[in-house]
Amino acid sequence: MSRIVAAMSGGVDSSVAAALLAREATDDEVIGVWMRTHGDLPEGYELSRSCCSPDAADDARRVAQILDIPFFILNVEREFGDRVIDAFVDSYLEGATPNPCQACNQYIKFDELLRRGLAAYGADAVATGHYARLEHRDGRWRLMRAADADKDQTYFLWVLSQGQLARTRFPLGDLTKPEVRAMAAELTLPTAQKPESQEICFVPLGDYRALLEERRGYAGDPGPIVDARGERVGTHTGYAHYTVGQRHGLGVALGEAVYVREVLPATNTVVIGRRDEVAQRSFTVDGARFTAGEPPTERFEASVRIRHRAPDVPAEVTMVGRDRFVVETAEPVWAPAPGQAAVLYDADECLGGGRITRT
Amino acid sequence: MAIYLDHAATSPLRPEVLEAMMPYLTTHHGNASSIHASGRRARQGLDEARETIAGLIGAKPREIVFTSGGTEADNLALKGVAWAASARGRHIITSSVEHKAVMNTCAMLERRGFEVTYLPVDRYGRVDPSELAAAITERTILVSVMAANNEVGTLQPIAEIGAVCRAHNVPFHTDAVQAAAFGPPTPDAWQATLIALSAHKLGGPIGIGALYVRQGTALLPQMQGGAQERQRRAGTENVAAAVGFATAMRASYRETPNTALRDRLIGALTGLTGVQLTGHPTERLPNSASFVIEGIEGGDLVAALDLEGIEASTGSACTTGSVEPSHVLLAMGIDEQLAHGSLRLTLGPETTAADVERTISVVEGCVARLRASAPQVAASA
Repeated sequence: MSRIVAAMSGGVDSSVAAALLAREATDDEVIGVWMRTHGDLPEGYELSRSCCSPDAADDARRVAQILDIPFFILNVEREFGDRVIDAFVDSYLEGATPNPCQACNQYIKFDELLRRGLAAYGADAVATGHYARLEHRDGRWRLMRAADADKDQTYFLWVLSQGQLARTRFPLGDLTKPEVRAMAAELTLPTAQKPESQEICFVPLGDYRALLEERRGYAGDPGPIVDARGERVGTHTGYAHYTVGQRHGLGVALGEAVYVREVLPATNTVVIGRRDEVAQRSFTVDGARFTAGEPPTERFEASVRIRHRAPDVPAEVTMVGRDRFVVETAEPVWAPAPGQAAVLYDADECLGGGRITRT
Repeated sequence: MAIYLDHAATSPLRPEVLEAMMPYLTTHHGNASSIHASGRRARQGLDEARETIAGLIGAKPREIVFTSGGTEADNLALKGVAWAASARGRHIITSSVEHKAVMNTCAMLERRGFEVTYLPVDRYGRVDPSELAAAITERTILVSVMAANNEVGTLQPIAEIGAVCRAHNVPFHTDAVQAAAFGPPTPDAWQATLIALSAHKLGGPIGIGALYVRQGTALLPQMQGGAQERQRRAGTENVAAAVGFATAMRASYRETPNTALRDRLIGALTGLTGVQLTGHPTERLPNSASFVIEGIEGGDLVAALDLEGIEASTGSACTTGSVEPSHVLLAMGIDEQLAHGSLRLTLGPETTAADVERTISVVEGCVARLRASAPQVAASA
């Protein structure tokens, strides 16, 4: 008999993933786990609806009851605070664009749940509601795009190692979102009609500026907005309030659309440019990881994706050191933002990726 | 069948309790405040239950106020006295190891302008009566110190604390929710003004408790409505539960707790590396074995034990996964990191020697597995 931990967020996807496992598992034992990522609000307050609120825990628990599986709450507040929230804030302070969903997947859902969850529950594997597929071919695990191209989440999963992939299940990989919703309705799961969570779960109303002040005391210090030639064209409220590619909230009227091209913490400067000035054909990536454990070769062709739901672009990848590579794309890509992941694919297989650095 | 070692959270309903309650849940319907025969029959059940409980603890029936449970009894005691006495003074003294029903009520009173002194405890969780004496001022209107701690089982020197309060003429409330499962609370010997009780810790139903209120105590009701419970607690009386409470209390005081199994558990587990007993070694509840264990999260261990068929607790029945270490353990001077590794095993009348032996070996195995997964090991995987 083996045990599988089903990570349950309280959303429809992870509910159906757990249901599929619980239904197919005859010898296997499925255990539902909801991860508590942040603390309680003061007593007497109505709680907001997001994937990590206690409301979500209630939903996850109800689903586990209906599936007749044990259900536990795993507290990961400390790890989430350090690895996701603080990293999110620090990313802005470095002039970069944070990638909290990937950090949460990497450090919380996989590192922490695999390590602690497997030890606590004596389980062999972890299952999540991600849209991705796994194949074992030619002696290794391969992370493959989901059947539902529109929902594919491999962009957030490129960090997984062979050891992690071997102990991971993605029950939804072959399904489309409408199929998942239909299954949830058929099983009368209370989460069947739940809307997609889009906002960042720990940033109420999307106002991350308050978080910068709360966690790191950054209140914002006005400074210059300059154009590509270095000429001052406006004033910003603090460099960390801006990210590369941003168009709105610049307060600059130059007669055509302008975008943030660079954020420079050292001089508290925000550089803007026209659309064509923000696109690039080459950028550097560090913190590289490959699902196979190492890159295919020192120099290889791949398609690259630089943000969730952005189109893939054919590129040539050149390793420069153990965990850095340079990407040269066949055509200019829109605003590669420091801090965001650049993820590499060979057709439907996710090869790995890294973090875009300032070039 | 799982081995249930969480009697401090709640205890199984005694068969004779269910039997005593059944008529009031089926044929003996009726509101105890009604004039007619059905009402009178319900009233009789309620009156007899009140008499039984009063008799067992050496109180007058009119001094027993039924509530929905221990938490409501604590709330009624603290807020009831605080509001009634607020013109005379606004200072309350409690300990730093109280149940949340007392802790959070005190915190609420602090927000409403009361001053609360939280007495420190020694490493076993005990209050020093001389420190209490030193903390009392002429503005002190209430002292609230629990009889036995729910997390670590430590018994307070309750009669000495009561004597200090009497000497200073300050009303004394004690939360005896845990202690009352192992012998009657004694208002006179403890010199207590108020005592909070609960039925489900001693084999009664969940949803009923009581507050002993010494005759002549000024208490402002915290629930507005009808004149039930001598105007101290409005709401239709829960007759079936009151009958169950009285039956459970009587049954539980006929038993002599078996401390041998608890001592075997304590001896074996404290023999493991990095495991230490929490609470007092001898002055503790007869069914309580509580520990802190190095290198683990208590919540993870409790989940692991559950999957092996052993039902335990980290110390309090908290399912929200809070990461805050226990305020009780911190007040006893236990290191914050270590306090995360708490385990509480509370035995019941049905616990067998075989249950205890199995528990010892399963705890040992699970602790080893959890320690083996410490981050530095996993990083290389």
